[in-house]
Amino acid sequence: MSKTYYDPADLRKFGKITEWSEELGNKFFDYYGKVFEEGALTAREKSLIALAVAHTEQCPYCIDAYTKDGLQRGITKEEMMEAVHVGAAIKSGATLVHGVQMMNKVNKLEM
Amino acid sequence: MKKSLKARNNDLANTQRQLEILSSGIFKDELPTFANKIKETNQFPLRPKKLEVLQINLGYMCNQVCAHCHVDAGPDRKEIMTVETMNQCLEVIKKTEAHTLDLTGGAPEMNPNFRWFVEEASKAGIKDFIVRSNLTIIRANKKDHDLPEKKKKHNVHVVSSMPHWTRGKTDKQRGDGVFDKSIKALQMLNEVGYGIEGSELKLDLVYNPSGAFLPGDQMALENDFKKALKDDFNIDFHNLFAITNLPISRFLDYLIASENYEDYMHSLIEAYNPAAVENVMCTNTISVSWDGWLYDCDFNQMLNLKVNSKVKHIADYNEELLQNRNIIINQHCYGCTAGAGSSCQGVVA
Repeated sequence: MSKTYYDPADLRKFGKITEWSEELGNKFFDYYGKVFEEGALTAREKSLIALAVAHTEQCPYCIDAYTKDGLQRGITKEEMMEAVHVGAAIKSGATLVHGVQMMNKVNKLEM
Repeated sequence: MKKSLKARNNDLANTQRQLEILSSGIFKDELPTFANKIKETNQFPLRPKKLEVLQINLGYMCNQVCAHCHVDAGPDRKEIMTVETMNQCLEVIKKTEAHTLDLTGGAPEMNPNFRWFVEEASKAGIKDFIVRSNLTIIRANKKDHDLPEKKKKHNVHVVSSMPHWTRGKTDKQRGDGVFDKSIKALQMLNEVGYGIEGSELKLDLVYNPSGAFLPGDQMALENDFKKALKDDFNIDFHNLFAITNLPISRFLDYLIASENYEDYMHSLIEAYNPAAVENVMCTNTISVSWDGWLYDCDFNQMLNLKVNSKVKHIADYNEELLQNRNIIINQHCYGCTAGAGSSCQGVVA
């Protein structure tokens, strides 16, 4: 067994998940492929969304994949970093907005 | 300015060494060789179709030392086509069936007989006469500022490299100051009518990724280039050719030094497209080196893999005999068959 939980080479094996559950695996990859096609959003915009989500999910495979995907599409590093900040802002905002719940609880409990 | 691999006595200046690397390591047991891959779809041996493009390399001298250059070109390269070889080429140009003549380098303009050769070659009336220009050569010396006008005079189709619409990415690949000079050169070409919508003076750009990744969708990149160059610099051009970097010469050196070689080869093979094999450029091209030797393509030229034919030199050129040959392949060929394929004219599938 590998001595680390994540191996970059495992990303290439992603497709193998179909081997243990062909129908569900195929349905997932069909869906995945469809999602990233040009649509109401461009494939370029979707790539930047994926990069931001990859960071909020802290998925090293996804970060590798969508950084490379962005470079292939000519996306600049400044655009990529702004996308990561969008993810970070939502992530921190999502934490902080719960502060309201804390405040509500304090206000309810305190005399 | 950096020096070429050859001037640095780098191990990879030796083409045999490059071929050893491309045939060992991951290709021993992990990944299929290109020959085995195309055998899966009964496309082996690869054979030429109708000859369409005669590509002539006027020399390896260049005023730039681009990080990815498969020619290993630079100011220190002294290999230049002589007038004698040029005359042999002109004889072939007069009688070839090819509809496209494609002059490349190095910087072809640095050959001292470039202007004469263009004038003579243009008399043959070949339908599409391409000169691959690095753009900065137009700005390098005052005496070359008239190159746009000269090219216009002979209705030359200009194809120029531009890795990105931003200064940082362009200069990182092609050298400090290249972006600004290239922009100025493109504006000069626009001024004489090149690249304008509807103009017969064709100006196309070549995009090579500036790193260990493959080019994205050619049309999407073209749209982004067009918008950025128009908005920022009022520049027009016709088409963008997205070309994959092949793992040879300086790009191979970069891949190995940056520890990206294996991942890059995996990426090429994962993106392998049998449909691209059908139209890969070696099937319709003959490449001529500065010293007159014949090759299946520019990349085979840089690996010193001469055509597998009785006719190996421009002095003995015989189109009919040359058509009856097997194309020489190796693992670098995966670069032309990834995704939508890649050629000197961009995607092929």
